[in-house]
Amino acid sequence: MAEDPITVKGIRDGLLITLGEGPWEERLLRLAGRLQAGATFFQGGRAALDVGARELDGEQIERVRDLLARSGVELWALLSSCDATVIAAVRAGLVPDLELGLPAQQSAPTQEPPAPTGALVVERTLRSGQRLEHPGDVVIIGDVHAGAEVVAGRHVVVWGWLRGMVHAGAMGDDSAIVCALGLAPTQLRIAGHISRSPDEKQRDVVPEMARVRNGRIEAIPWQ
Amino acid sequence: MAGKVLTITSGKGGVGKTTVTANLGVALALHSQRVTVIDADIGLRNLDVMLGLENRIVYDLVDVVEGRCRLRQALVRDKRLQELFLLPAAQTRDKTAVSPQDMVQVCDDLRQSFDFLLIDSPAGIEQGFQNAVAPADGILIVTNPEVAAVRDADRIIGLLEAEEKGPAHLIINRLKPKLVERGDMLDTATVVELLAIQLIGIVPEDESVIAAANTGRPIAFDDGVTGRSFHDIARRLLGENIPFAPLKEPGFFDRLLRIVRPEGG
Repeated sequence: MAEDPITVKGIRDGLLITLGEGPWEERLLRLAGRLQAGATFFQGGRAALDVGARELDGEQIERVRDLLARSGVELWALLSSCDATVIAAVRAGLVPDLELGLPAQQSAPTQEPPAPTGALVVERTLRSGQRLEHPGDVVIIGDVHAGAEVVAGRHVVVWGWLRGMVHAGAMGDDSAIVCALGLAPTQLRIAGHISRSPDEKQRDVVPEMARVRNGRIEAIPWQ
Repeated sequence: MAGKVLTITSGKGGVGKTTVTANLGVALALHSQRVTVIDADIGLRNLDVMLGLENRIVYDLVDVVEGRCRLRQALVRDKRLQELFLLPAAQTRDKTAVSPQDMVQVCDDLRQSFDFLLIDSPAGIEQGFQNAVAPADGILIVTNPEVAAVRDADRIIGLLEAEEKGPAHLIINRLKPKLVERGDMLDTATVVELLAIQLIGIVPEDESVIAAANTGRPIAFDDGVTGRSFHDIARRLLGENIPFAPLKEPGFFDRLLRIVRPEGG
């Protein structure tokens, strides 16, 4: 039987980790594996954890917080549809609702978004189903095919066709940009903004740069 | 002598993997190659039906792997071609009955006595696919000129690259030249550009393929545009340099020319 995967996605205030269905211990093991596999990606990040309907006590929350901390991830929010869990989370000093945003005293001392890591240069084509995660800049020399995903903490440059999905500034960096020689992504995300390609085909292909302007993603010719 | 193991795969179902396997097997055997076609689609076998050999099966791949018979006993010789054999899949079991190591073992045994082993892979990217590609020296990716099939082919190529399996060559199946002309179907150049691997064959859409599948006589036995397209692939596999022919049936004018110059056939 297929196991429910743990999903990780970028939101405005860092990462949102969803634990999915399954026994608690098995989920913790799986989370540990996921953290280890993407060690550089998670390092220095901030995360909200969605535990679904589980009833957790303070001790269990401390354990998962420790687990994340060991991979350099600071847990700031714990989401649950179970009241007892929410109460335990608040007692543990965690935010129970993403809408409330980062607690002020927490966002102030932590310096800027995690110190920019070096650029990751990939000299191959990413095909459908392949996924690349990196906390810093990503440069791809090759194409990103439809069905492939790139998630970067900062900018993404594709020296080739971009037809897949790219999320730049995934930890909430609005100033991230996406450049491609052929910009035709199925979907483009920059920090918390999402745009998709126009449904009709565009034929004139020039190198373009996408960035956030006035709360929207816009593409301009890239010189 | 060591034969070559080629796995025919696609990701998406229904694009024509089994048709391609059966016809390539026939075409290669008609070019005096000793060929075994292996059905790796355990539980959903079809290759025997397409070759018209269903009623001759005694043992199958799972019997071999589980030691109920010797490998030679499971091979079914084609009723028309001396050089063509089928290693059938079990119909009453599932993909977990065979492991990738089993497939490597079986192919290593068969390699000694054959020029080509063609493995018909099941659809999907799960264990059946892993079994089918484990012993491969080369991969033939079958796709149709449509977006969903091309997307799945791309996924497969990515997986194969990650496992350093290859080289992978592309067969575009069920192309309709008229639709392409009207701009309603992806053309060959676009598919090749999207997938960025080498093309080895283009097979046109042809209703007689369905009839051939039902009667158990693959179309590669007959002379026609579709049958020839499989022979072209076979010859390319044998190292010949065959240009990609136009896919239209000869029109009235072409036939007239052929009458005038009979050697041009």
